[in-house]
Amino acid sequence: MERIPILKMGPFLLVTIQVDLYDRLALTLENDLINMVSKTEAKGVLIDISAVSIVDSFMGRILGNIASMSKIMDAATVVVGMQPAVAITLVELGLTLSGVHTALDVEQGMELLRGKIGQLDTDEEGLYDSFI
Amino acid sequence: MNKESAAALKGKKKQILESWMSNQLQDAALRDDLISVSELQQQSEEFLTSLLKAFGTSQAEDTESAGYEPIHDILNEISITRARQGFSPRETSSYILSLKEVLSQVLEERFREEPAILYKEIISMNKIMDSLSLLTLETYIKGREEVILRQTNEMSEISTPVIRVWEGILALPIIGTLDSARTQVVMEALLEEIVATGSRIAILDISGVPTVDSLVAQHLIKTVSAARLMGAECIISGIRAEIAQTIVHLGIDLTNIYTKATLASALKMSFSMLNIIVSKGSQNNQAISKQNLGF
Repeated sequence: MERIPILKMGPFLLVTIQVDLYDRLALTLENDLINMVSKTEAKGVLIDISAVSIVDSFMGRILGNIASMSKIMDAATVVVGMQPAVAITLVELGLTLSGVHTALDVEQGMELLRGKIGQLDTDEEGLYDSFI
Repeated sequence: MNKESAAALKGKKKQILESWMSNQLQDAALRDDLISVSELQQQSEEFLTSLLKAFGTSQAEDTESAGYEPIHDILNEISITRARQGFSPRETSSYILSLKEVLSQVLEERFREEPAILYKEIISMNKIMDSLSLLTLETYIKGREEVILRQTNEMSEISTPVIRVWEGILALPIIGTLDSARTQVVMEALLEEIVATGSRIAILDISGVPTVDSLVAQHLIKTVSAARLMGAECIISGIRAEIAQTIVHLGIDLTNIYTKATLASALKMSFSMLNIIVSKGSQNNQAISKQNLGF
């Protein structure tokens, strides 16, 4: 069965979707990704959808689900490279993906994730500081 | 229309043209700023020649017949040109109607002795001229509609430029009312430009939007959400006092959207979001920058 590869890059997971997602593939991706997050204890998930030209409400929901699930497992989700037409469609469908971070391209997405990690680190240090 | 009257009219062509021209020139509605007299003369002569020719054919009363085709072409051209040049409907229709007057005078002279024939001929001539003047008006309106359509298209294109104000910062001054169709154009233009320039911040300036109702606000929120989905942040600027009042009175929730009163403050905010520092140079720096500018 067709699967979308999930790459591990340091503390992040990188998913690039190069084919149009159909429902079963999206569900498999959700499942694989969450398992991968729990296995690698990733701090961030970056999903590149620059090659996706068609979305429906189901796809939008899957993206939202992935974000919420990752958040529970302490990983931030960034969706990068959304096409203008896709963005307009999602907005018209009323899906603004409020829990998902977005960036223009993979580079900026990585930067964003690094920023988030840095934030976490300093937050934790602050926490320890207050303990001491 | 019988052969005699057609012949009579043909014989008096020169006279008809002269009185028609003088009628047109006398008419207070004539816009000599829009059309020159020689141009008008040429146009009228051409038209009259074709018309008299059509009167001579066997189907003179049927304005849809083949004999009238050149006349239709000329009239179409005149009406459309006049519509584009900004003539009023009255000015355009008086072109044909002033000819009608002259033609009835000529017919009256010819058939003064035979009132029955005169009556019949005048009626038939009237019928033809009326149908021609209707055609003129119809074409005129069509021409005007074309102009309006073109202007509408131009307006929606011109009024939505996406400006790159800084590296990574786009500005979109919105002028005029935002309706669904325009929002679509604005949104698409903005999103395309965000992809093309890789900008991370877009400033929507609504100082040119006269009123903001809940529909317009919804359109704005949609645009902001779409840009956000693509990874760019939006700032709405140019919110006037009365617009702020309307927004609050209508209960529109703009809390999770950045809003600023002026474009300048929005730009300032984008600088700090992108960690750009813009500062005034010292005297020394000014000299260097002047050198760079080639002074």
